[in-house]
Amino acid sequence: MKSGTLHRYLSQGYRRRKIFDFFMRCLLGLAVAVAVLPLGSVLSYVIKKGGPALSYNFFTQLPKPVGELGGGMANALVGTLILVAMASTIGILWGGMIGIYLSEFGKGKLAHLIRFSADLLGSVPSIVIGLFVYTIIVMPMKRFSALAGAVALGILMIPTVARSTEELLRLVPQHIREAGLALGLPRWKVILFLVIRGAMSGIITGILLAVARVAGETAPLLFTALGNQYWQSGLDQPIASLPVQIYTYAISPFDEWHNLAWAGALLLVAVVFTMNLLSRFLLRGQSLARE
Amino acid sequence: MPSPQAILSIEKLNAYFGPFHAVKDVSIEVYPHTVTALIGPSGCGKSTFIRCLNRLHEEVVGARAQGSVKLAGSDIYGHGVDPVVIRRKIGMVFQKPNPFPALSVFDNVAAGLRLAGIKRRALLKEVVEKSLRHAALWDEVKDKLDAPGTSLSGGQQQRLCIARALAVEPPVLLMDEPTSALDPISTAKIEELVMELKKEVTIVMVTHNMQQAARISDKTAFFLLGELVEFGDTSTVFTVPKEERTERYITGKFG
Repeated sequence: MKSGTLHRYLSQGYRRRKIFDFFMRCLLGLAVAVAVLPLGSVLSYVIKKGGPALSYNFFTQLPKPVGELGGGMANALVGTLILVAMASTIGILWGGMIGIYLSEFGKGKLAHLIRFSADLLGSVPSIVIGLFVYTIIVMPMKRFSALAGAVALGILMIPTVARSTEELLRLVPQHIREAGLALGLPRWKVILFLVIRGAMSGIITGILLAVARVAGETAPLLFTALGNQYWQSGLDQPIASLPVQIYTYAISPFDEWHNLAWAGALLLVAVVFTMNLLSRFLLRGQSLARE
Repeated sequence: MPSPQAILSIEKLNAYFGPFHAVKDVSIEVYPHTVTALIGPSGCGKSTFIRCLNRLHEEVVGARAQGSVKLAGSDIYGHGVDPVVIRRKIGMVFQKPNPFPALSVFDNVAAGLRLAGIKRRALLKEVVEKSLRHAALWDEVKDKLDAPGTSLSGGQQQRLCIARALAVEPPVLLMDEPTSALDPISTAKIEELVMELKKEVTIVMVTHNMQQAARISDKTAFFLLGELVEFGDTSTVFTVPKEERTERYITGKFG
């Protein structure tokens, strides 16, 4: 073969592949743009509409009656924090224990059943969870309450926390458990202090994502926590929350309230975003530590 | 030759994975302050055998062991014996260095004691330094005790694991191919360390490296297909083996 033909032989497929590669890269770029565009427009719209209504008063004042200027969502902000804190206690403890069981002890039919139930529970619409809690807590207590709202959000957290904890514990290699056992440590100590420790940042990431998800839930709170216009007086009383307050204001006919709803939406988005970013940050720390 | 009291005496040990019979009727005596090497081709049951000696074998789903393993006279497979207590007496170092993730060098070595309830910082510090010195690692890590254990090099990690095992002061140390994942220099360091350590502990070691067995062990056991083919003084096994199979394996004719 002459060197010219050899060169052609060696390069013909490469050129075609490079063109194809360029074409596919353009498609990928387009796909990314399509995915990011809605996010960007939602964000910019919320900032544009909600930004101006955000003020010191918004964070410190109670809602005011229609017609009075000013007023804020301080009670809803505090309410959301209370609800999320209570829900996390339920969701993290319960979900975390299920996750530990599934990863460390779960073998055979029972584990399979539990895993399947967790997945099913995770796909139940959140409003159905709200109705469920309405019948088991609100009806017997004869009132809407912070407790009921927290239970509804907590139940929503259980499957997410359980499955993410399970997956992350499974990532801890078996030989780490064996190293712990070989030191003469009982199994529960190996799991609690060595295995969970090794997967900690990942588990916290999973928990933060679950918290971020329930922090923005509206539907399950409608028939459980209900909402109110005042400072919280007790956990057995209705409690205000950002999502429900936004909902109430958004469906009202008043412009002033619409503005407050936008500001509330901006705040909620900011809270959820921060949690997501925080979890990303933690997860990145984890992968670096593994290197 | 009159032999001293055996520290481990294994009688008719059998190990199974479900229906698979991995170790068949193995009997060995291990004497204090010796290094016993277990050699044989892959899959011959030597790793399973060594994992029976601290009752770690049974942690695998479907695995079980039968027979008697006497530690200083009492059977670790006896009725009602707590495997957790046994494992404190018989430490183990694994093939792949496996420091605990997210724990510092110090915390890795202190883990065994700390999780057993010892909280006195001064005592922990003393034990950690002593164990790291025993593992010939102290000089390399004394300035980075707070660094993650996983940040050390492979050879250092393996010595960290040895220090971690030594910290609970087990009279017997099992080593399952401790150098097979290491480079020649780290391997030499560990071999040196093993010779030094046998003054204090009794070592049973699985190895794929026959020169290693010849260099550092006092006794050698040759396993084949789950059976113990030959067991005796290392010098004898390597120079005048009784069994033809042993000779053929040692001279590299099969395996």
